[in-house]
Amino acid sequence: MRALAPLFNLLEWPFRLAQRWLGTSRLAWLFVGPNLLIFGVFTFLPILINIAYALTGGVKLMPMERPYTGLENFQILFECGNYLDLSTCRKDVFWRALWNTAKFSLIQVGLMVLLSLVTALVLNRKILGRGFWRGVFFYPVLLSPVVVALIWKWLLQSQGVFNAGLAALGAPPVEWLTDAGWAFFWAVFVSIWAHMGFYTLILLAGLQAIPKDLYEAAEMDRATPWRTLTRITLPLLLPNLIVVLVLAMIRAVQVFDEVFVLTGGGPGSATTFIVQFIYQTGFAEQIHLYGLAAAASLTLAVALIVLTLLQLKATRASQAGERAH
Amino acid sequence: MTRLLTFLTRTRGRGRLDWTDGLSYLYLVIGLFTMFAPIVWLVMSSLKTESAIGQYPPTFLPYTQKQVVVAGHDKPLPLFRITDPQGRELEMAQVSRIGIMATMVDPADPSQTLQVNIRQRTPVQEIRFATSNYTELFEKFTFGRYLWNSVFITVVATALTLLVNSMAAFALSKYRFTGQKTVFLLIIATLMIPPTISLVPVFLVINSVGLLNSLWGVILPAIATPTGVFLLRQYMLTIPDELLEAARMDHASEWRIYWRIILPLAAPALAVLAIFSVMWRWNDFLLPLIVLSKSEVFTLQLALNAFQGELNTQWHYLLAMTVITLVPVTLVFAFLQRYITTGIASAGVK
Repeated sequence: MRALAPLFNLLEWPFRLAQRWLGTSRLAWLFVGPNLLIFGVFTFLPILINIAYALTGGVKLMPMERPYTGLENFQILFECGNYLDLSTCRKDVFWRALWNTAKFSLIQVGLMVLLSLVTALVLNRKILGRGFWRGVFFYPVLLSPVVVALIWKWLLQSQGVFNAGLAALGAPPVEWLTDAGWAFFWAVFVSIWAHMGFYTLILLAGLQAIPKDLYEAAEMDRATPWRTLTRITLPLLLPNLIVVLVLAMIRAVQVFDEVFVLTGGGPGSATTFIVQFIYQTGFAEQIHLYGLAAAASLTLAVALIVLTLLQLKATRASQAGERAH
Repeated sequence: MTRLLTFLTRTRGRGRLDWTDGLSYLYLVIGLFTMFAPIVWLVMSSLKTESAIGQYPPTFLPYTQKQVVVAGHDKPLPLFRITDPQGRELEMAQVSRIGIMATMVDPADPSQTLQVNIRQRTPVQEIRFATSNYTELFEKFTFGRYLWNSVFITVVATALTLLVNSMAAFALSKYRFTGQKTVFLLIIATLMIPPTISLVPVFLVINSVGLLNSLWGVILPAIATPTGVFLLRQYMLTIPDELLEAARMDHASEWRIYWRIILPLAAPALAVLAIFSVMWRWNDFLLPLIVLSKSEVFTLQLALNAFQGELNTQWHYLLAMTVITLVPVTLVFAFLQRYITTGIASAGVK
C-alpha cells in the first residue's frame, strides 16, 4: 500500500479539481466511470453488434460493409431436409453440436451434482482433517482447462497408463480418445473431475448452515438415518441444490476449453459442442463466417437466458427458504 | 441401499468408530487417489528422458538406461546385462550393433570385446530425474517469453481489476447519486452475460481499437468484473459512514477518503478478489485464443495448446511445460486455500 502512495497522490489533484467542479455526489460518476466504460465497450456494445452480425452475411469484419441478409444465417443453421435425419441438415455439424451439448449437459450435470452431494455429505460427517479432504476435492477446480486436458490426455493416449493397465490385465488396448463413445465418456468424466469440488464446497456450506439442534431433536425421537436425510437434510439443502443445479447447467452449456484441448471436438464431431462450433465457424476455419457464428451465439444466448431466469427464481426461492429457518 | 444411506446420513459420531466411518474414509481415500494420482503421474512423467517417456509399458519412476564412459570411446556407452557363452551374467557396454549382433565391451577392461545376439542383452536401468526437460524449455524454445506474457497479463490485469472495481464499488456503496440503481443493475446484469456469447463482436472491438495481438487486448476487456464489483460493494457497505464523515470534517478529499480509508479497510475483500483475479487471468483460454494469434504474444495456456496440437508432440517438453503452468496455482492453493474456500462459500463465485 505504502509503495503505491506516490501513484495515488498523483491522482489526487485531478480528483480534487473534479470534486470542486462537479460537487461531491456527482463525483461518484468519476469513480464508476472506468468500470462502466469498459463494460460498455467490451460487454454491452458487443451484444448489440452481435445482433447486427447475425442479420448480415459475407466475410467482412466491419458491420457497415456487410450486406443485410435478414434471417438467412438462422435458416442456414436450422434448415434440414428431414428433421429426423441430421445428415440432411445444411449445417449438420451445428445440429450435432446442439445435440452433443444437450446430451453432455444432462449427463454431466446430473452425475456431478450427485457426486458433489455425496462428497459434501461425507465431508460434513465427523472426520479427521476435514480441511485437508475438502482441499483434495477442490484442488482441480483451480487448474486451467488446458492443464486439466493435458493431464488426462497423457493418461489416455494410446500408449498411456490406462492401456498399460489393461495390458497388464491381459486385455487389448482401447482407443480412449479416438473412439466416439469413449471420447464422449472422458469429456464428461474429465469435466466432472475438474469442477466437482466447486459444487461440493457450495453444498457443504449449505449443510453446515443447517441448525444442529434439528439433528439432536431427530436423535431424541430415534429417527432412522434415512428419515433424517429425507426429512431434515435434503429439504433444508434443497435451495442450495437448485442453485448448484442451475449454475452447473449454465456452465455445462458453455463447455469448451477442456474438451477442445482433450479431443479437439473429435473423433469426427463426437465431442463438438456449441461454443466450439462458434469458434470454428468464426475464427478457426479458412473463411471466417462471422454472421453464422453470431447467429449460433444468439441461439446459445437464448438457452442461457432461460437458465439464468431459472437461476434467479431458484436464488429467490433459496433466500425465502433461508428466511424461513 | 439402506446401509449406504446410513453411511451418508450420519453427521454426529457416537464417540466410537463404526463401519460407516470406515466407509467414509474409504470414499475419501478413493477421492484422494482419483484427484491426485493423475497429477502425481504427470509430475513423475515430466522428469523422464525422451527415450524413457516413449517406453511402453510406462514405469512410475523415471528409469533410464545407465551409460558408462569407457576408455577409448568419446561418448558414454549404453550399459547392458548379458549372458556370455559360458553362461555367466556380465554387465557390458555396447560399442556398436550390426543387424542382430552387438559388439560389447567390458567397461573395466576395454580390450575385451564380445559379440552378442541382441536378444540376449537387457538394458541396465537406473533412476534418473531428467531436469533437463525443464532447463531446455528455456534454451530451446521461447518459453521464457510465454511465461513472461502470462505473468505480465496476470499481474497487470489483477492490479487494474482491483483499482477499477474498488472505485466502482466505493461509488456504489458510499454515495447516493441519480442513476445509482441503474448502474448497479447494469453491472449485475453483466454477471449473466458470459463472454462466450459475444465472441465475434468482442473480436471486432478489440480489432478496431488496435489491440489485436497485444497483451492489452486480453487485459482490458476483463478488468471490469461484475463479481468483483459485487463482492467489494457488499463488503464496503459494512464500513461505517461515520468514518467518512469524520474525514470530510478534516477536509480530506473524496479521493483521499477512497484510498486512505476505504481501501485499507476493504483489504480482506480485496485479497479475495485478487486471488480470484490471478486465477482467472492465469487460466484464461478462450479470450487469448481469439485475440492472440502470433506466437510471440502467446500465453502459457496458448503455448501449451499450440504445442500439444503439433504432429510429433514432444511429450517430455510438453509435460514439463504443463507442470510449470500448474505450479503458481498450486502455490496459491497451498497457502491461501482458506480464503478461496470461504470466498466461494460466501459469494458463490468462481
